[in-house]
Amino acid sequence: MKSTERHIYSLRPSFHRRVEGAVVWVLRIATLIILVAGLAVFGDIIFKGSRTVFQTSFPFVNVAFLTEAPKTLYVFEHEGASFEMADDDFRAFRTGLEEEAAAAGLPAPQLKTKSYVYSAGGVFPNIVGTILLVMGSMTIALSLGVASAIYLNEYAKQGPVVRFIRLAILNLAGVPSIVFGLFGFGMFVIYFGWNVSLLAGWFTLAFMVLPVVITASEEALKAVPKGFREGSLALGATKWQTIRKAVLPYATPGILTSSILGIARVAGETAPIMFTAAYVVRDKLPWEVERAIDFLFQGVMALPYHIYVVSSKIPQNEYSERVQYGTAFVFLGIVAIIATTSIVLRNRLRSRYRW
Amino acid sequence: MSAHTLMEITPTTFAPPIADKPAQADSEVHQTLIDIANLDFFYGETKALHDISLKIPEKEVTAFIGPSGCGKSTLLRCLNRMNDLIDIARVDRGTIRIRDIDIYQPDVDVIELRKRVGMVFQKSNPFPKSIYENITYGLRLQGVSAKSRLDEVVERSLRGAALWDEVKDRLHESGLSLSGGQQQRLCIARAIAVEPEIILMDEPCSALDPIATARVEELIHELKSKYTIVIVTHNMQQAARCSDRTAFFYLGRLVEYADTQTIFMKPSDAQTEAYVSGRFG
Repeated sequence: MKSTERHIYSLRPSFHRRVEGAVVWVLRIATLIILVAGLAVFGDIIFKGSRTVFQTSFPFVNVAFLTEAPKTLYVFEHEGASFEMADDDFRAFRTGLEEEAAAAGLPAPQLKTKSYVYSAGGVFPNIVGTILLVMGSMTIALSLGVASAIYLNEYAKQGPVVRFIRLAILNLAGVPSIVFGLFGFGMFVIYFGWNVSLLAGWFTLAFMVLPVVITASEEALKAVPKGFREGSLALGATKWQTIRKAVLPYATPGILTSSILGIARVAGETAPIMFTAAYVVRDKLPWEVERAIDFLFQGVMALPYHIYVVSSKIPQNEYSERVQYGTAFVFLGIVAIIATTSIVLRNRLRSRYRW
Repeated sequence: MSAHTLMEITPTTFAPPIADKPAQADSEVHQTLIDIANLDFFYGETKALHDISLKIPEKEVTAFIGPSGCGKSTLLRCLNRMNDLIDIARVDRGTIRIRDIDIYQPDVDVIELRKRVGMVFQKSNPFPKSIYENITYGLRLQGVSAKSRLDEVVERSLRGAALWDEVKDRLHESGLSLSGGQQQRLCIARAIAVEPEIILMDEPCSALDPIATARVEELIHELKSKYTIVIVTHNMQQAARCSDRTAFFYLGRLVEYADTQTIFMKPSDAQTEAYVSGRFG
């Protein structure tokens, strides 16, 4: 009788303990799946991309890929050897051969070439374009977003109108980016006549991240203790003085955190810029403009759009994967650098304005 | 009424630091500075203050006492219009005059008002800046930037708040590095740096330990030679120890207002008596 009864501290698993164990394993496996998927994505890009970006010989980084514009790759055989050349090198090589042949009084040699667009050169204009797009649109988004967050949180009378505005802003966050692209195209490119330009891209991207910036800035402002505001006002500060000196400095780290998320999104979106700012290819770099004002009204090449182009708009071959993954790798690197810079800045501010 | 009599009637510790002052006579000399007349105050639809009338004399300590939710803090915050920050708060009827100026007139500059009516809050709220920056905050707002002037004000204010000796060697450390009691005295120093006429204190000691409380009370005694002080407290011993006049509020009404001694020794209202003797509240 006694022996069949369980001791209260018995190790034999009860039903609840079995459920407990099973739940932990389900959660653990879910996490592992995510981990594996994440590693697979990053690993793939880093592994394949680093073959393009890095090399085994000095200087170990493929400088041309980072400093040159995309070029057409020519592949041909000549006197038994096979050559791979970018278009400008190829033309120089061919001219050389023709001059040699003319000097010797022979007919110019016929080269049988195969050409692959965008498979040579690098992605320098795309890097520049992406950085310009990020800087411009984040500047616009932060100034507009922080201003309206301050208004909504500090000045506006809290009531149904403000609640409705907040709801509208939140809903804006759910609008697909292609819709923003279409809006930017209709509004800025066509109606304002800005054409496909940096300016149109900046505003389109800025509008896309505004909801994130506003919502997060409001949260950051709300997190500043009420005592700071009261203390400042009680000393005879105006509302704006209070916001500038006793609220905003302490909200800045939180606002920056949100803008870091915004940066990644702005840098990565393809849909909003494909009608508004991105060129498939452009010979000139953004600063090669005649008048300063033209700077704003020029289209640029951008990394995410380039990935799209080289992955779906050109014939696929053994050379295109190189540029696809190389671009993706560089792209991740750029986003990581911008995000790290913002995080360092944020942390520095945070330690300065700790409370 | 002298400090000594007070000490006798409230045996619960604390010896007031200042010497005897001429008893009785001085409260007659002091003129009314704040004159509240028939004040009704609403939060939205809720009436928080009912027909409050009271005159607060200059350079004395006036205590507002009463159980939680009786409206004492609300009334205090009317005096520098801090209630303006609450969208739904409004004065419905009545006037508050400070030196015969109705502070709820539309042409009153709230900023100027708050420079003259300083405030110390229940929870000490130094800015997360240096001690020096905390004290010069108000002056810098007014455009004062001469270092010599700022240095002078910092020293004077910290001495005024009995904090100078403790912090003079670390003026550039964060105000948050101070202890709770020191932080509250820093807030008092910050308030007196802009040379207000009136200092409002909203339960300034409720978050402090007894020793820190004693120091703040000591300070209140010293400050009243220069400033008019209105203090909200729910600590009755504190009201008895450091105030000259006491107003007892209950459910948004002013029940009784008289010399502190009268309120605590022979209150004329039964509710006051019940409250000060600890039977409710």
